[in-house]
Amino acid sequence: MDIEQIVKEVMKELEQNNTSTTQRPKTSTNADKTFDYTSEKKVTVDAPKNKETIESAQEITPARIGIGRTGTRMKTKNYLDFRVDHAAAQDAVFKDVDDSVLEEMDLPILKSRAANMEEYLMNLDSGRKLDEASAKWLKENGTKGKQVQIIVSDGLSSTGVEHTIPDLLPALRQGLEGKGISMGKPVFIRKSRVWIQDEVASIVDCDLVISLIGERPGLATSRSISAYLIYRPDESSVEADRTVFSNIHDGGVPPVEAGAYLADVIEEMLEHRVSGVKFSQLK
Amino acid sequence: MKLSCRLRGEVYQFDSVKEVLAKASEEKSGDKMSGIGAKSSLERMAAKYVLSELQLRDIYENPIIPYETDEVTKLIYDGLSEPIYNEISNWTVGELREYILSHKTNGTHLKRLSRGLTSEMISGVAKLMSSIDLVLASQKMKHQAHCNTTIGEPGRLAFRCQPNHPIDNPDGILASMKEGLSYGSGDAVIGINPNNEAVESVHKLLSMSHEFIEKWEIPTQNCVLAHITTQMKALQQGAPVALMFQSLAGTKAANDDFGVSKEILDEAYELMRVKGTSAGPNFFYFETGQGSEVSLDAHLGVDMQTLESRTYGYARHWHPFMVNNVSGFIGPETLYDGKQMIRCDLEDLFMGKLHNLPMGIAPTYTNHMNADQNDQEIAGMLTTVAGANFYMGVPGGDDVMLSYQDTSYHDDASLREMLGLRPLAEFEKWMEKMGLMEDGRLTDAAGDLSIFD
Repeated sequence: MDIEQIVKEVMKELEQNNTSTTQRPKTSTNADKTFDYTSEKKVTVDAPKNKETIESAQEITPARIGIGRTGTRMKTKNYLDFRVDHAAAQDAVFKDVDDSVLEEMDLPILKSRAANMEEYLMNLDSGRKLDEASAKWLKENGTKGKQVQIIVSDGLSSTGVEHTIPDLLPALRQGLEGKGISMGKPVFIRKSRVWIQDEVASIVDCDLVISLIGERPGLATSRSISAYLIYRPDESSVEADRTVFSNIHDGGVPPVEAGAYLADVIEEMLEHRVSGVKFSQLK
Repeated sequence: MKLSCRLRGEVYQFDSVKEVLAKASEEKSGDKMSGIGAKSSLERMAAKYVLSELQLRDIYENPIIPYETDEVTKLIYDGLSEPIYNEISNWTVGELREYILSHKTNGTHLKRLSRGLTSEMISGVAKLMSSIDLVLASQKMKHQAHCNTTIGEPGRLAFRCQPNHPIDNPDGILASMKEGLSYGSGDAVIGINPNNEAVESVHKLLSMSHEFIEKWEIPTQNCVLAHITTQMKALQQGAPVALMFQSLAGTKAANDDFGVSKEILDEAYELMRVKGTSAGPNFFYFETGQGSEVSLDAHLGVDMQTLESRTYGYARHWHPFMVNNVSGFIGPETLYDGKQMIRCDLEDLFMGKLHNLPMGIAPTYTNHMNADQNDQEIAGMLTTVAGANFYMGVPGGDDVMLSYQDTSYHDDASLREMLGLRPLAEFEKWMEKMGLMEDGRLTDAAGDLSIFD
């Protein structure tokens, strides 16, 4: 065969291929598709020995278990669930607590020295001190000389304050009232950190200060609150002088239960005049 | 000590070794926040150049935190081998880097060298190293320790099974523990972070994990990561403790904040020797990580990396079974993003190993930091190549008690598989017996917690 003939045959074959409909890529005319994302827990272990065991395990822990694997990796849906939760948590950090929630709880709104979230995150000191106007307000309007001062802080989770404080705060106040423990008017401090409690305590001259602060959001929940307690803080106070209770939210320690428990702890601390590691060593 | 450097037409002045070390550090937000980092890229390079020309004796003779006032400095200096230090005291830090990387230098040489190095020298040399430098140097060093299992043998990679639960529900913890074990995570330790730090509660978790280990004859150790004084109290009341945990930092001030001191650690070690359930002789599990001193405002003007190195200088006094670096756990005020976190993991692994410590790494990130799963996986792969002894194993990588992300059971199995690494020897035999592993690969049964039914 000469070259010309080969080319002719190839061209002929190509032409045939082009006209053959089965070889053409299919194009769809109705291309619209909607997918509803859901995140309910499912057992996705392949051929488990006992599926019910895994189902009941999934009910008693928010941990990502019973999800199985492909090779050594997560299955696609589980991997995406993780990424979706991370995205939600990242968004929760940068949102402010809604003023209406604070008004409903009748909490005066004070501010730390952090002008914005970036400063709050990158300069710890800015969240550890009241700004001038707030310090002045507290000096003039704070209730002085009581046993307990409650502070609510947004910390790293505005959703924690919005969802958990409305149940936690009344339960705590009720618990303290029931024990005849005196308290100053609780305050909310925007963009504040735990150590701001030292300054507040010195202004209102209380025995014990408790901060209810939004925890950094996790993947399982972005609604968690921690309580930090310290007895008579001063310049020499350190982390070990503070007692912390964490994971207060509906999926952890329920807020109402936590309020009652914290009131009991405060009663003991006031009695022994101590908090932190020294307090736990007493027990 | 006044130090200066002429570079590209500018003269850069430094008032102390402390300042040179701080400014020679790679950029990190914590050093920036304490106002001690380099103000420009060229100032950073001037500091690195000065550091490379400093002799080891310059660092030795100018302690960055005084011996008299700081327990960490005291332990570092008191633990030093004089003859080895004297052999190398006139080396420059640049020469030290070349010695470490030289083909003529092996792990045995570095093990000996370590005894003549202060933590500040180790931090200094790490500041002159790139990522590949750090990985190559780390690969040369592999340190073993023994509790019930032997950690750090060549070709083996271990994991801590971390089955936390937000309110310490024992059944919830047990379920996560079973799943972790089925993936081969738990040969380093089964370590639970308690939410409730009360002694009775810690005692209960120790007993529960101990009983499970006994029942299924698992070659490992248990640990509940409460404050050391709480664990000591539980141990005195008869709780079964195989491994004792504590977080450490690089200044006395920060350790005071943690409520820990040499006196307490000595007492705990003695208590473990007499009442602990494990074989030993390595009874301690320490956690460390760049940034804790900054967040406690106890950094004394020293950079985060040097403080981390000093933490290792302190830790080595007690011959721990595991030292776990958790840089990235605190937040963006100390490490801003994935890039800073990855660099820290490499620095810390190298510095810990050059302190002769059995190092593990927890590449972690929080949700308020500019990092994600991709950064974390890269850090995990790099430090595995660099020869870390162990990683954490968290269900799905999501710690539901501490609210941060760490390596998952899946990652653990993946890191082993991609580099042909095996579980610790005894544990591998146990996995084979349970039908979970064959020839170093997971079987179909792996990942199914109901196999323990």
